[in-house]
Amino acid sequence: MPKTTEFLAALKANGYDYFTGVPCSLLKGVIRRFDEEPEWGYISAVREDSAMGMAAGAAMGGRLPAVFMQNSGLGVCLNAIVSLNVIYEIPTLIVVSWRGKDGIDAPEHLVMGEIMTDYFDGITLGEMKGLPWQILSADSIEDDVATITKKITERRVPGALIVPKGILDASS
Amino acid sequence: MQALGDQPTIVCNGMIGREVFTARDREESFYMIGSMGLGLSIALGVATTHPETSIVCLDGDGNVLMGAGVLASAGALGCKNLHHIVFDNEAHGSTGGQRTITESVQLEKIAAASGYASAERVAPEDLAEALPGFLASEGPAMLLVKVEIGNQPGIGRVTHTPVEITQRFGGKLGNG
Repeated sequence: MPKTTEFLAALKANGYDYFTGVPCSLLKGVIRRFDEEPEWGYISAVREDSAMGMAAGAAMGGRLPAVFMQNSGLGVCLNAIVSLNVIYEIPTLIVVSWRGKDGIDAPEHLVMGEIMTDYFDGITLGEMKGLPWQILSADSIEDDVATITKKITERRVPGALIVPKGILDASS
Repeated sequence: MQALGDQPTIVCNGMIGREVFTARDREESFYMIGSMGLGLSIALGVATTHPETSIVCLDGDGNVLMGAGVLASAGALGCKNLHHIVFDNEAHGSTGGQRTITESVQLEKIAAASGYASAERVAPEDLAEALPGFLASEGPAMLLVKVEIGNQPGIGRVTHTPVEITQRFGGKLGNG
C-alpha cells in the first residue's frame, strides 16, 4: 500500500524545507504531490548533480534539503557528492529509488541496482568510512526518515534514503 | 572585485576562484574548489531561498558549458536576484589553457534563449563601468566578458578549508 502521505509528513516533521530532484517512476507519487501542492516549493532540476548543487546552496542558507532521484542519477552525482557535499560538510538527504533491486529490471538498471549500498559504503575519506544510508520500509516510514536524518545532520554529510518499489509510487 | 559590494557570491572553481581570492578575499564569497559545472546550481539554491538578496555567480566558459542545462533552470526559475557574470577566455585555464568551444558558441545567446531577463556581452575595459547597472538590473541577468587567456603569474590557491568556507558563507546568509 502506498505510503506517500505518511512519508511527506515524516519529511516535514524532520525539518526538511527544500525539495528538488529528477523523477523516477518509483517516486512518482511524491513528485505528483509536489506538482499538485506548490507550497512544497519543489524545483524540477535538469540533472541530478544540479539538484545536489541547488540543495547545497539552500543548505548553506539554513535549509534542510531533500533531493529526489532514480539510482541512475547517482552516477551523475558522484562528483557533486565527493567534491562538494563531503568536503564542505553540507548535509543533504538523497531520496533515491532502487531500480534493479534483486537483479530484476531493465538492463540499464542492473549494475546500479546491484551496487546500490556499496556506492555509499565506498565513499570514504580518512576516518569517514562510507556515507549513511537507510532502506525505506513501508512499515517504519517515520522511524526510517528520523534515523537517516539524525545521521546526516549529526555527521554533516549527505546520506541516502533508499526507496524500493511499491512504497512511494502512488500519491496517496 | 572592488566594484562588488557585499553580495553573496558563488565563485567557480579553477583559475577564476584563485584570482578572485587573491584580488580580494571576502566572507561573502563561496569558493567552489571542486564540483566543476555546479556554480550556477549552487547560486540558484541561494537565490531561490534568499529572494530579497542579490546573488552573484562568477563563472567561466568551461563551467557554464559543463552545466549548460542549468542556464535553462535559471531562466525557468526566473530569479530576479540572480546576477551571472561569465569570464570567457575560450579555454580551460587551470589545466593548461586547452581550448573550449566558445570561440564559436555564444553563451549569452543560450542564456537569452533560456529565459534570462538580460544577457549581454561586454568588453573587459568596459566591465567596471557596466557593473553597477548590471548588478541593479532585474535578473536572471548574464554579463559575459570576453577575456584573454592567461593568469597572473605565481597566483596562490584558496587557503581556507572547505569547511571554513561553508561556515563563513553560511554565516553571511544568516545561518551562523
